[in-house]
Amino acid sequence: MMALRDNGPLLEVEGLTQKYGHQIGCEDVHFSLYPGEVLGIVGESGSGKSTLLRCASGLMQPTAGTVRFDTRVDGLQDIYALSEAERRMLMRTDWGIIFQNARDGLRMNVSAGANVGERLMAVGERHYGSIRDVSSEWLEKVEMDLGRMDDLPRTFSGGMQQRLQIARNLVTKPRLVFMDEPTSGLDVSVQARLLDLVRGLVRQLGIACIIVTHDLGVVRLLSDRLMVMRRGRVVEQGLTDQVLDDPQHAYTQLLVSSILPV
Amino acid sequence: MTMTDNNQNHGQDMIRVESLMKSFTLHNQGGVTLPVLEDVSFTVAQGECVILAGQSGAGKSTLLRSLYANYLPQSGQVLIRHDGELVDLVSAAPHVVLDIRARTLGYVSQFLRVIPRVGTIDLVADSLLARGINEVAAREKAATLLSRLRIPESLWSLPPATFSGGEQQRVNIAMTLVQDYPVLLLDEPTASLDVENRQTVVDLINEARQNGSAIVGIFHDQAVREAVGTRTYELQPARSAA
Amino acid sequence: MSMTQEAQPWQAPEHDKPVEQVEGYNFAYLDEQTKRMIRRAILKGVAIPGYQVPFGSREMPLPYGWGTGGMQVTAAVIGENDTLKVIDQGADDTTNAVNIRRFFAKTAGVATTEKTSDASLIQTRHRIPEKPLTDDQILIYQVPIPEPLRWVEPRETETRKMHALEEYGVMHVSLYESIARFGRITTAYNYPVQVNGRYIMAPSPIPKFDNPKMHQMAALQLFGAGREKRIYAVPPYTDVKSLDFEDHPFTIQSWEENCALCGADDSYLDEVITDDAGGKMYVCSDSDYCAERREAGHVGDQGEPQTPAQKGAAE
Repeated sequence: MMALRDNGPLLEVEGLTQKYGHQIGCEDVHFSLYPGEVLGIVGESGSGKSTLLRCASGLMQPTAGTVRFDTRVDGLQDIYALSEAERRMLMRTDWGIIFQNARDGLRMNVSAGANVGERLMAVGERHYGSIRDVSSEWLEKVEMDLGRMDDLPRTFSGGMQQRLQIARNLVTKPRLVFMDEPTSGLDVSVQARLLDLVRGLVRQLGIACIIVTHDLGVVRLLSDRLMVMRRGRVVEQGLTDQVLDDPQHAYTQLLVSSILPV
Repeated sequence: MTMTDNNQNHGQDMIRVESLMKSFTLHNQGGVTLPVLEDVSFTVAQGECVILAGQSGAGKSTLLRSLYANYLPQSGQVLIRHDGELVDLVSAAPHVVLDIRARTLGYVSQFLRVIPRVGTIDLVADSLLARGINEVAAREKAATLLSRLRIPESLWSLPPATFSGGEQQRVNIAMTLVQDYPVLLLDEPTASLDVENRQTVVDLINEARQNGSAIVGIFHDQAVREAVGTRTYELQPARSAA
Repeated sequence: MSMTQEAQPWQAPEHDKPVEQVEGYNFAYLDEQTKRMIRRAILKGVAIPGYQVPFGSREMPLPYGWGTGGMQVTAAVIGENDTLKVIDQGADDTTNAVNIRRFFAKTAGVATTEKTSDASLIQTRHRIPEKPLTDDQILIYQVPIPEPLRWVEPRETETRKMHALEEYGVMHVSLYESIARFGRITTAYNYPVQVNGRYIMAPSPIPKFDNPKMHQMAALQLFGAGREKRIYAVPPYTDVKSLDFEDHPFTIQSWEENCALCGADDSYLDEVITDDAGGKMYVCSDSDYCAERREAGHVGDQGEPQTPAQKGAAE
């Protein structure tokens, strides 16, 4: 929500570099993300976008650089300078991570309702009835059939698993959600519905969001800003419509001109 | 560059363009550079409607898009008065530009480009909701505008993808004019409208201007130009590629 | 039963006659260095209630799953003057219990007993005696799977981290699942507890009926898992809370029947099939508790009076 204009950045990434031996995962990445903003990161496979997402989301400590997050209590903090306990607490309350593969983001051996309720229990909710109420509410928000609340996620379709992941992450009302190719691997029609849903929720809840994808249609629809990566470096960044309509870098121009017309 | 002043300034400068340069470099076509805008400077005050004129290829659309930060100029400034201060869109941080677009700067593009499968009334109300206006009020405002633009109520819940060209254009206009933007950029908003609807759009533009909006527009229709314009800014084609 | 028999003090049955200490083994089978190592692990466990301390579990002369963890703990803490009781599912006369008792009688020469109140050390599998324990007793549990988080998280590195960071939300996920499926928490044994307000602990496969006994118990409780190589402990008078939800509080099993032999209505009952026609009876799982009650004159529906007074009254 743009009404938060006077606040500082929610996430500040500076000089982020991740090396795998001599291989460069990503190099010298800088950006700031403001509350409610949606940032898309595009690039082909191996461009470093997933490495960047892992480093920025606290899953992998970078070789160099800092990732600072505006914590509710202490303001901007380097997330890798926090204790592991604090960082993990942050990750399951104020952050959400939605994985490409639902198996990485869900507990496949417990019911949909429990998947959604887990974060509530993790932060100390101990009333079964209210956990169930909140879980139902979220399953409805992601347009899932409440009749399937007690079913295991492995009996769900890919699209439903992604919806469940979203509900599971948003139940603690995070301020920042990371999404790694949330719609690839889904049928096109399912993709579109999921994107609508994500867009609506992000808008409604004022969540800031970082979406990694190789699909320019996804970023056109969802993101306010865009970062284009190639060989571990950011070659161009700016407003999404500006980068897509007036690409400056040769690689971005190639990328944009490579979209197949529908 | 010439500027024909039909009207005196009505108030504060809302747009101030200074020495704007915009060219396109096509890296994948041998790096050829096409200059489009060269040293463009002008100002638009509150209550003014400036018509961009010039022959085809003079860069009217490019200028309009640069004013919206949709295109990135090579040099110069596009200053927009936002919360009382002039902010340069060319050098502003993305989140600042987004905020300016959300609250100050409205843009009606030539073609409707929207999220698929979202109902028309929801599309129109969307920007109000994003600004935190409650759903009932937002939908009410959207409905009033759609009625005025003669979009039949039976279509409101449908996505505009299957609408006629004229209907789509009116939805496009409604999506922007539903907000009272202090600065409006209009790219041929009346191109495919019938006489009746064209008049409605003209009325809407004039109302916005009278309410203090600063407007820059491209209109191909002479009658519309005369009906909404307070002055004309003539663009000359840039020198050909070096 | 004759009067003479009942008047006699308790005697070991034929299969459990006292045995002589055998030559050639160190006291209580394990060597002194191993016992020191285990004692260190125990001390650490006592210092951090509920924390699983890794230890160098030794090969014991019986297979894993037969109580090797409990035996090693017993061997490390037993002294010449101790009196050992061993129970399996509450009973002193099952194969496992008899053999472990004989093992320590042979290798340590210690006295053994079936009476809870006479024992200074009690090694147990799957039960806590009904009779409240005292602060001069030690209860040693045999533990098959010490990690309470294992069913939700298969990775040991991750479960250790979860303990370290007190990330215990998933434990309630399992209780949630149970209520969602069956309308109540169905976990009946090995019901997870939180010790001293900190570590979540598996109480070993005791029925949840026994969980409340762990809370503020006067006796020291030691847990040994041989195959998993973990020791943990609950010091005397420590809080042990069974996990639950506010609107689904922890409850223990209850029976409509009383013990058929001693009439007890406060003990854990086993269902015993008595014939091929579906006949059954409920009896105390704690054989010593049942016997003691009968000796004191309590009689259940199918029990026979045992004391002269009772017999006289019945006649």
